Amino acid sequence: MAGRAAHGAVGLARFMLVTILTFLGLLAITFFIGRVVPIDPVLSVVGDRATQEVYDAARERMGLDRPLVVQFFSYVGNVLSGDLGQSISTGRAVTSDLARVFPATLEMATIGILIGVLLGVPMGVIAATRQGSWADQLIRVLGLLGYSVPAFWLGLVGLAVFYAGLGWVAGPGRVDFFYEGMVDTITGLYLIDSLIAGEMDIFRNALSHLVLPASILGFFSLAYIARMTRSFMLDQLAQEYVTTARVKGVPERRVVWRHAFFPIRIQLITVIGLSYASLLEGSVMIEVVFSWPGIGNYLTTALLNADMNAVLGATLVIGSVFILINKISDVLYRILDPRARQ
Amino acid sequence: MTDLLSIRNLTVTFPTPRGPVDVVRGISFSLGRERLGIVGESGSGKSMTGRSILKLIRPPGRISADEMIFDGIDLIRRSERQMREIRGARISMIMQDPKFSLNPVMTIGEQIAEALTTHNSVTRRDLRNRVLEMLHAVRIHEPARVAGLYPHEVSGGMGQRVMIAMMLIPEPDLLIADEPTSALDVSVQAQVLDIIEELVAGKGMGLILISHDLNLVARYCDRILVMNGGEIVEQCAADALHRAQHPYTRGLLAAIPRMDEDREELPVLDRSAWAAA
Repeated sequence: MAGRAAHGAVGLARFMLVTILTFLGLLAITFFIGRVVPIDPVLSVVGDRATQEVYDAARERMGLDRPLVVQFFSYVGNVLSGDLGQSISTGRAVTSDLARVFPATLEMATIGILIGVLLGVPMGVIAATRQGSWADQLIRVLGLLGYSVPAFWLGLVGLAVFYAGLGWVAGPGRVDFFYEGMVDTITGLYLIDSLIAGEMDIFRNALSHLVLPASILGFFSLAYIARMTRSFMLDQLAQEYVTTARVKGVPERRVVWRHAFFPIRIQLITVIGLSYASLLEGSVMIEVVFSWPGIGNYLTTALLNADMNAVLGATLVIGSVFILINKISDVLYRILDPRARQ
Repeated sequence: MTDLLSIRNLTVTFPTPRGPVDVVRGISFSLGRERLGIVGESGSGKSMTGRSILKLIRPPGRISADEMIFDGIDLIRRSERQMREIRGARISMIMQDPKFSLNPVMTIGEQIAEALTTHNSVTRRDLRNRVLEMLHAVRIHEPARVAGLYPHEVSGGMGQRVMIAMMLIPEPDLLIADEPTSALDVSVQAQVLDIIEELVAGKGMGLILISHDLNLVARYCDRILVMNGGEIVEQCAADALHRAQHPYTRGLLAAIPRMDEDREELPVLDRSAWAAA
């Protein structure tokens, strides 16, 4: 048993090392993007009418005259201490900007992925077990729509029907203007912050704003997850061990869920992880249509204003989210698949 | 002696783009509490015959028969739900390759236990004892350790013994063994068949052994059916196999190599010999 514990410790150490190296790689990429783009960070500070002396002094102050390697390590140091520089378009620290916009995207993406998983997985299983039935056809058509309908169009139609037409949901933005800034920011997730503050009105209002864009994201993720689940399940149902279960007289529901679905949870984790990561990247189209102050919106604005610090900061956050979700999938893999445990 | 299983005019049909194809063509046979071998080459319909007894032909394949009477029950007229009470509990089947036929993400113990709990209510402690006993009966020496393993952690021979344990734990009356040893090393084939033979004889069960290996079937069975092209071409007692009449059987027998022979080439089946008949 001591041997197994030591083995586990070595495995954990290696896992941590790989994670750290991946993160360093991400930092290197964002750093070099910052150097390669044809935007002079000195000019954006001193303005293009500055004299050569002022320009050189600013360049020295910003450390840009030092060797690249030294610059890279000071960049890493800054990032680790939470300093991502100033944003020229908002005039605030990029870190505090990101702390404000990322939760907005996180809140929407999380509700979206929940919808995608809770509906998409059962739909995929049903489609596979009743291959060729009307339910299967319907689910396949939904999957096709999820592929082919543009997000912004669905967003506009959704707003026209459910907000302007039926009045079932609130319009663009995270809360009504009236409620803006009435709840202390704790997590940055309005649903949770308003619950903590006990402000049920604000909770209901935020939910009413969130439900439509999150459902649209959920629809895209559902279409993808259902399609993948269906094809994994069709593959599983043709396996010999599923026949073995039937030979044993196991009831059909248990055959489907315990024998066919159980093994594909492992593959589904990757699919769900990827889908969640792509939602967290911030669906620019949906965020623009719904005036959602999320990271997709922030990144686009920053790009259009050549606001490099903000672009790099947002890229770093999105990259970290990808690394994190991949690592979580890895860990779940090891827990769920007996073949990967060695 | 009353028959354990009596099949009349069994046909298995698969639709194809060029119209339906019968892979089993109206065969009839019966079986007591004896060991029946079904032999034939690939595609002769022997496995389809075995699976249709459990009515486990995958759609779009279809089974039809005048009757398929097992212990007084006509299986052909049973609903899917009624069939489930029979599968495992009364008729069971050992599949070909344990690498594919055991569930990769369930422990061996769980899979064997499931075969029992599907049909019987057993207390937790009894269940564990029964599973360990059954593993012991298939000559697994450390049943408690093996029960906690996953299928990828055991050898093919042990996997097949696990399969046997799983299929026999509910004590069925009829066991179908579909090529139970063709995925195994020659060195463990006899061991697995000996275990099947011993348990089947001990419990007085009927056995259908499906194989392409004539010698093996002749050694472990009482009676033999030879199938070709979805039909039974010959039925005989196992010890009378060498006196078989049908040209197909004779051709198969002639193609078996012997240790003490000096034939340069083994004869190829001459299909024209019985195609006319």
